[in-house]
Amino acid sequence: MTADRAPPKVTALQWARSNLFGSIGDSILTIVAFVIFAWLVWVAFDWAILRATWFGESKEACTRGGACWAMITARWEQVVAGYYPQAQLWRVALAMVCLAVAVLPIVMRRLPAWAVLLAPAGVIAALALLSGARILPGVPTEYWGGIMLNVLVGLTGAIFALPIGVLLALGRRSELPVIKAFSIGFIELVRGVPLITLLFMSSVVLPLFLPSGMSLDKLMRALTVVTLFSSAYMAEVVRGGLQAVPKGQREAARALGFGGVRTTALVVLPQAIRISIPAIVNTFIGLFKDTSLLYVIALLEVTGVIRQALADFAWLGLENEGYVFVAVVFWIACFSMSRWSASLEKQSGARVKRPVEEPA
Amino acid sequence: MGGAKGLLAQSALVVGLVLLAVWLTRNAGVNIEARGVATGFDFLGREAGFDISQKLVRYGPTDTYARVFLVGALNTILVAALGIATATVLGLAAGVMRVSRNYLGRLLATTYVEISRNTPLPVQILVWYNFALLAPPPRNAIGVDGLFFLTNRGVFLPQPTFNGAGGFAVAGMVIAVVAGFVLAAHFRKRRTETGESPNPSWGWAVALGGAALALLLTGNPTGVDVPHKEGFGFLGGFTMAPALLALWAALSFYTGGFIAELVRGGLRAVPVGQGEAARAVGLSEGQALRLVILPQAMRVIVPPLASQYLNLTKNSSLAVIIGYPDLVAVFAGTSLNQTGQAIETLALVMLFYLVCSLSVSAFMNWYNSRSAAWATPR
Amino acid sequence: MSAKKRPALGPPVIEFEGVHKWFGQTHVLKGVDLSVRDNEKVVVLGPSGSGKSTLVRCINGLEPYQEGKLKVTGVDVGADTPQATAARRKTGMVFQQFNLFPHLTVLENCTLAPMWVGRVPRKKAEDEAMAMLDRVHIAEHARKYPAQLSGGQQQRAAIARSLAMNPEIMLFDEPTSALDPEMVGEVLEVMTEMAYEGMTMMVISHEMSFAREVADRIVFMDEGEIVEIAPPKEFFSKPREERSREFLSRIL
Repeated sequence: MTADRAPPKVTALQWARSNLFGSIGDSILTIVAFVIFAWLVWVAFDWAILRATWFGESKEACTRGGACWAMITARWEQVVAGYYPQAQLWRVALAMVCLAVAVLPIVMRRLPAWAVLLAPAGVIAALALLSGARILPGVPTEYWGGIMLNVLVGLTGAIFALPIGVLLALGRRSELPVIKAFSIGFIELVRGVPLITLLFMSSVVLPLFLPSGMSLDKLMRALTVVTLFSSAYMAEVVRGGLQAVPKGQREAARALGFGGVRTTALVVLPQAIRISIPAIVNTFIGLFKDTSLLYVIALLEVTGVIRQALADFAWLGLENEGYVFVAVVFWIACFSMSRWSASLEKQSGARVKRPVEEPA
Repeated sequence: MGGAKGLLAQSALVVGLVLLAVWLTRNAGVNIEARGVATGFDFLGREAGFDISQKLVRYGPTDTYARVFLVGALNTILVAALGIATATVLGLAAGVMRVSRNYLGRLLATTYVEISRNTPLPVQILVWYNFALLAPPPRNAIGVDGLFFLTNRGVFLPQPTFNGAGGFAVAGMVIAVVAGFVLAAHFRKRRTETGESPNPSWGWAVALGGAALALLLTGNPTGVDVPHKEGFGFLGGFTMAPALLALWAALSFYTGGFIAELVRGGLRAVPVGQGEAARAVGLSEGQALRLVILPQAMRVIVPPLASQYLNLTKNSSLAVIIGYPDLVAVFAGTSLNQTGQAIETLALVMLFYLVCSLSVSAFMNWYNSRSAAWATPR
Repeated sequence: MSAKKRPALGPPVIEFEGVHKWFGQTHVLKGVDLSVRDNEKVVVLGPSGSGKSTLVRCINGLEPYQEGKLKVTGVDVGADTPQATAARRKTGMVFQQFNLFPHLTVLENCTLAPMWVGRVPRKKAEDEAMAMLDRVHIAEHARKYPAQLSGGQQQRAAIARSLAMNPEIMLFDEPTSALDPEMVGEVLEVMTEMAYEGMTMMVISHEMSFAREVADRIVFMDEGEIVEIAPPKEFFSKPREERSREFLSRIL
C-alpha cells in the first residue's frame, strides 16, 4: 500500500491565476476592485489618520488638512454621557458596569438558573444609579445622553423585550382564541409600522392618555415603546425557535409525565431559546442601531450630540468627521456582536436560519 | 390549559383590556379638552396652509389636509419604489459576488455588506445627504441644457406632462401592462403543459399595444417639459431634491446589504448536486447560475425579499431627518403640529403602513403556497 | 457471459497516468494508472472512502487533480483550454441523487443543455429528447415534474438527460444506491441495454450481478489506489490480491 504524501504547495502565482484571473470577466473585476479598494483605503487612511488633528479647542487647530477629530475629543464627555454633570460621571461608569453584569446571563453559558435575574437587576441598578433614586443627587433624564444612552436604551430594551417576546410567542401558539388574537394583533400591529411613528406616539400621544396629574418622563416613555417594539420582533424569533424544536421533545416530556405548562417551560422553551440565540443577537443588533433614532424626539444619544456639536460655530463644516465617528462607533459594536453571534452559531450547531430581517 | 382555567384567563384578559381602554379614553378625553384641541376627522377637509417642495401631483397651500396625505403617501411610494429597484439590483450583484471564485470580488462584496449592515440607517442617510450637498451650486451646474442638470439644489430632469386626462392615460397604461403580463404568463404555462400555444410574446404585444391605445384614446396628452437654465435657477422639468436623492441612495445602500445576504443564503440552499449536474451536462458557470441555480434559489429568496421591501418602505419614514416630505414628515409632522390632533394623524399614518405590511404578508402567503408545487424531490 | 454480441473495443478514451489528488491535506488518489478503451464497460468496486467517486469525478472535471496526467479522448483535461472543455463535454454523468432540475419538466430537463450549449433549435431538441426518453421507457412522463415521478423513473430521466447531449463516455456514480430495491432493476435494465448498444461506460456500483454480466473489467480500489484490475470472471472467483479477497469476503 502506498504511503500518504503531503500535497504539493500552491504557489502564489497559481493561486492568483485561479482566484483572481480565472476568466476575462474575473480579471476585469479584479483590476477594478483592486483600484477601488486601493484608492479608498489610501484616501481614508490619509484623511483619517495621517493628516488628522486629534486635539484642539476649535476648528482653527486643525491645520493639517486631514480629519479634525478635535471636535470629538474636545467634547468627549458629552459624546460619552451627554449633559450628565461632570462631578457625577463616576456614576455613569458604575452604571455601565451594572449593565455589563446584566448581560452576563446571555453571554456566559454555565451559570446557575438564578443568574437570569442578573439581567433585570443590572438594568434597574443602572437606572437607579444614573437617576439618583433619591439616595444620590438626582440627575433628570433630560441630561442623559451620548453613547451611554444608546447602550442603556439598547440593553434595557433587549433585556425586557425577550421575556415579553416569549410570552407573545407562546400566546400566538395558544389555543385560547382571545389570547391568540391579542398576541397576533399586537405583533402584526407593532411590526407593521415604522419605529419613528411609535416614537412620535410615545412623545406626543402617550401623555394624552395619562391622567392629568401623572407624567412619565420622556426617556421612560421612549424606553417603554422601544421595548414593546423590540418584543414584537423577538416574538417572531422565538416563534421560529419554538417551531424548530423537534416534536419528539414534547412527546418525550409527556411520556415522562410532564404537564402542558411544565413541558413548555422546562423542555421546549430552553431549547427554543438556545436555538434562536443567533437570531436574538441579530434582533438586538437592529435594536442597537435603532437607538440612533432617539435624537429625533430630542433624546440626545450620540448622533444627537454630534449634530449639536456640528451646529456649534467653533466646529462648522465638520460633518464628515462627525458622521464617520458615529458610524465607526456603531460599526465596532455591531460587527463585534455579529461575529460573536456567528461563533455561537458554529458552537451550538444551531440549524435555525438566522432571519435577515431587522426591526425597522 | 384546561377548559375552565382557559376561559378564566381569557375573560380576565378581556376584562383587563376593556378596563384599560376605558381608563385611557377617559384620560384622553380630559386632556384633549383641557388643551382645546378638536377631535374627529373633519380636519381632513380643512385648508392646510403650507406648501410641499417635492410633489408628484398638483398641490398648493390652499389644498386640504386630505390632499396633504395623498401627496405624502405618493412621495413615500416614490422613494420606496426607487429604493426597491436599486436595492434589488445592488443586493443581487453583491450576493452573487459574495460566493464568486474571485477573491477580490468576494472581499469587495463582503466589505460592502458588513459596512451597510452594521451602521445605523439614520447615520447613513445623513452621510448621503451631506454628500448630495457637495454637488456644485446652480451657477456651475453639471449637465446639458434641455436635458438634465446636477446641482446641490437637486437634479433637474425632463418631465412628461399630461393635461387633464393624464390620470386616465397612466391608469390605462398600467392596466394594459398588467393584462399583458398575465396573458404572457398564461401562454407560457399552456405551452409547457401542452407543447403548443400562442407564443407568450403575444402577451407583451398586447401590453404595448394596449398602452399605446390608452395614450391615443385619451387624446395623447403628452409632452415633455425640459429644464432650462434661467438666471440663478432653473425653469421647467422635474426636480429631484437632494433630500430625495440622498434618501434613495441611503435606502438602496442599506437594504442592498440585507438583500445580498439573503441572496447568498438562497444560493447556498440549492443542493450542490444541482450545480454539478448542470456542469456535467455541459452548461457554463454563468448558464448554470442563470438557468438552474437562481430559479431554485428564488423560492428561498422571495419571501424574505418581500420582507426587506417592506422594511425599506417603513424605513423611508426616516425622511423627516433630512426634510424630505414623505407621509410621516408632512402628515405626522407638519399637519400634526398645525392641527394638534396627534391621535388622528398618527393613526392614519400608521394605518397606511399597516395596509402595506398586510399586503406584503398576503403576497408571501400566496407565493409560498404556489411554489410548493414543484418542491424538491427527496 | 452473455450470448449477445458486443461491439469491438476501440482505442483508449480515458487515460489516467500517475494521477494524485489531495482534499486539503488528505491524499485521496495515490498515483492512479488506468486506461479505458472505447466501448469498454468498466465497473469500479471498493470500500467507501477508497476514492472511487473522486476518480470518476476527475474525468468530467468536477474534481481538479494536482499531479499526473489525465486524457479524455486523447486530450489533456488538466489544462483550462477550449479543447479540454470540449473533451469533457463528451462525457455524461449519472448521479446517485439523480440531481434532476426540479423547476423544469422532464422534457425540459433533457432539452436544456442541447438548446443552450449545443444551440439546437427547440423543436429538434424536443424530438431528440423524446427519443431518449423513449429509450429509457418514460416517454409518457415527459411533461411531468421530477417530484411527480418515482425514484426509478427519475433516475431513468437523469440517464435520458445525459444521453441527450450524445456523449461518448457515460459515467455512473452509484446510480442505484438511493433507490428502493424494487426500482433498482428498471434502472439496471436500461444501463444493460445501453451497454449492449455500444457505449463506453464507467460505473461505480455495488450491484454485483450487473458487474458480472456487463463489465469487461473490474477495477478494485482501496485507500486511494487501484489494487487490482481483472475481468469479472477472474476477479470474482480467483482474485489475485489479498485486499481484493478481503473485500469480496465481506460483501459476498
